[in-house]
Amino acid sequence: MKIKAKEKKGTSYVGILIALLILCIVLSITSGSFLTASNLLNVSQQISTNFLIAIGMTFIILLGGIDLSVGSIIAVTGLMMGLMMKSWNMPVLVSLLLGVVFASVIGLVTGLLITGFDLPPFIATLGMMSIARGAAYTITEGQPIYTFPEGFLAITGRYGGIPIVTILIMAVMFAIAAYVLKYTKYGRYIYAIGGNKNCAKLSGIHVKKIECIAYVISGFCCGVAAIVLTSRLDSAVPTNADGAELDAIAAVVIGGTSMNGGEGTLAGTIIGTLIIGIVANGLNLLNVPQGAQRMVKGGIIVLAVIVDVLRRKRSQKA
Amino acid sequence: MSEEYILQMTDITKRFPGVLALDHVSLRVKAGEVHALLGENGAGKSTLMKILAGAYVKDEGEIEVFSRKIELGDPKAAENLGISIIYQELNLIPTLTVAENIFLGRYKMSNRIQVGWKKVYEEAETLLKDLEVDVKGTDYIRDLGIAQQQMVEVAKALSMNAKIIIMDEPTAPLTARETKNLFRIVKKLKESGVSIIYISHRLEEVLEMCDRATVMRDGCTIQELNIADVTMDEIIRLMVGRELKDKYPRIEKEIGEELFRVDNLCAGSKVQNVSFSVRKGEVLCVGGLVGAGRTETVRAIFGLDVKTDGRVFIEGRECAIKNPKDAIRAGIGYVTEDRKGEGLILKLGVDENITLAALDGFLKGIHLNLGKEKNTVKEYVKKLNVKTPSIYQKVENLSGGNQQKVVLAKWLLSECKVLILDEPTRGIDVGAKIEVYNLINELAREGKAILVITSEIPELLGICDRVVVMARGRMSGSLSREEADQESIMTLAVGAEERGKQK
Ligand SMILES: Nc1ncnc2c1ncn2[C@@H]1O[C@H](COP(=O)(O)OP(=O)(O)OP(=O)(O)O)[C@@H](O)[C@H]1O
Ligand SMILES: [Mg+2]
Repeated sequence: MKIKAKEKKGTSYVGILIALLILCIVLSITSGSFLTASNLLNVSQQISTNFLIAIGMTFIILLGGIDLSVGSIIAVTGLMMGLMMKSWNMPVLVSLLLGVVFASVIGLVTGLLITGFDLPPFIATLGMMSIARGAAYTITEGQPIYTFPEGFLAITGRYGGIPIVTILIMAVMFAIAAYVLKYTKYGRYIYAIGGNKNCAKLSGIHVKKIECIAYVISGFCCGVAAIVLTSRLDSAVPTNADGAELDAIAAVVIGGTSMNGGEGTLAGTIIGTLIIGIVANGLNLLNVPQGAQRMVKGGIIVLAVIVDVLRRKRSQKA
Repeated sequence: MSEEYILQMTDITKRFPGVLALDHVSLRVKAGEVHALLGENGAGKSTLMKILAGAYVKDEGEIEVFSRKIELGDPKAAENLGISIIYQELNLIPTLTVAENIFLGRYKMSNRIQVGWKKVYEEAETLLKDLEVDVKGTDYIRDLGIAQQQMVEVAKALSMNAKIIIMDEPTAPLTARETKNLFRIVKKLKESGVSIIYISHRLEEVLEMCDRATVMRDGCTIQELNIADVTMDEIIRLMVGRELKDKYPRIEKEIGEELFRVDNLCAGSKVQNVSFSVRKGEVLCVGGLVGAGRTETVRAIFGLDVKTDGRVFIEGRECAIKNPKDAIRAGIGYVTEDRKGEGLILKLGVDENITLAALDGFLKGIHLNLGKEKNTVKEYVKKLNVKTPSIYQKVENLSGGNQQKVVLAKWLLSECKVLILDEPTRGIDVGAKIEVYNLINELAREGKAILVITSEIPELLGICDRVVVMARGRMSGSLSREEADQESIMTLAVGAEERGKQK
């Protein structure tokens, strides 16, 4: 009994896309300075860190895991790159490459802990969160590193008012990740494992390998995020990206990815990142105090998930 | 007239996105009768029952229970009305005990805040003893086989003391012995005035157990009938809408040299010194009772459980199989008995499920050729006649039988040399069964070695070239197709069991 063929899947983010548009419209009306080029370019820079780590977080949550260590990895990687550039006088490019490798290796260690000892991801990454943050304090004895070389600052510099390089980095990372999720075996396996680990295993998928690689990907994204964040702030301090994991998880969840894994899209995550970033920006423009801002953000996360749960229920029952 | 009918569902309509699952369906059930609900896979049987149990909300239509018009919104309301259901798919919580599952949400309290655990466990034991199942109230669900889990579901449904019990393919995971126990209970319930709505694709059971039947096809009611007035062929014709000639088709084929051999396989206590071989083009059936170690044997072969001893040969070469990946690479395919837990990824689409074990075939470098994938999937959906509104539909939303076809398609696509099928026709309708048998025949003719585990003896006799029987983790005998019959198989399966017990 067919009435019409179901539309191609992967359009579950349409709902939040509409929410995002409404948000933008409301802000354009309430604040005169929201819809200006300079403000929007600011937003794009402000969200860059969260955008990059949320990409890795999407892989992890799709797998049914979680990564709490992302913020700490960014901090310790930022300091490592700072040391390399400033204290050891290494070339900028080499420092950045080694920094990204460093962050990926931390991800690898987390992944090996999870798969090798069957640790719950929550516990393993909670441990790594503390270890990496502790290491960040230790390597420079709490001292910040600042005034970076020109070449490094150029990454987040503005050309004709536009942070071209940052935007380019974000676009490339998104494109690669979206490609991997949709058009590679690896991406398909991520969804399969998140959906049903037993079945994935029976289908000949090397579950542990795939899981491990996902944490490396998350680490890699943190490495890139560390470059962008450190360059933008022109300082590496042990407290950098404190609490960044929560924003990333929030972006993924607002984007409609199920915390149980197996369901979700990268496009959703990106919209989630935009919503979080634009809400923060809007509240700033409207001069809402920090405390109230946090409350609003919490409320939005909960609301987004409620809407998502209701939508899922309806499509199942109705 | 509504005096006579304890339940009347009239003109029920239910739409899902893209699917009209029920189109003005009616169902009338009398007090104290066993009423069969028949129809092909995807006919809408489970959907109708889920509406009755309050799990789905109907779009249109009326429901009358005990001559009272009712609106069912949620499962609790149905339960309070005296309706309980055994769902087609198992719905137990693996980390809780049997007794905790049976009385979930209805624990007897010893006071306002304390659960009377002693009472809960006592009552559970009574129920289980009544069902004659070999399970204790304190066992954890995760440690039980799927037949045992099904019996726990039965116990759960009985524990509600319902007036109407819906059984959606209760016997699918059961073997002869448990089925007999279930029937005994059904008869007892019927005598005490309980009505049972019985869904099954095993028509022999329906003829044996049921008083009346309603036949559905494509979301419509076709006919209400008295079982005593009809023959099996007539029922099949009503269900399928055409005549089905041969229930167990055979084809001309050549049985070649040995292709697959298992030598002295040992794994845990359930598999001891198992040896057998399958030849090219041969269909070898494995008979035995539930718990005989058949599934465990296959799991060990496939690298899911650890082998303590034994070797596996394909085409004369020994294969070191440590995990499913090795097994698939060696050319083994495995259709498991538990399709929801192991066979399918419910949240993914039909397409993604079918190609999961064979993605390498769609790779160009690292790039997955989605267009080619789509075409292949369409071809298999057509070949196996999977009823789905689109190849992107989540398999969660398919009917049970169509889900099973998706699992089969997945392994057909993986191009294995040895195909192991564990209860391959569980929960699929007569027409689809024949399609599966034809497929098995076709694969055998192509020269694959096929191993089928089945607890349905008529099916086993109908499709096998040779039979081996297992009992208590050991091979208890091997029979040629000519030697094999109901009795010889049961003797090997049960005889060894009894002897083992006496020891
Ligand atoms: N939640 C759902 N969303 C979308 N479609 C559904 C859903 N549940 C069932 N369907 C569709 O409704 C139709 C009837 O399904 P139903 O499960 O009732 O069949 P059935 O008669 O029980 O079949 P089977 O014998 O295979 O169990 C099928 O086409 C199925 O794909
Ligand atoms: Mg059904």
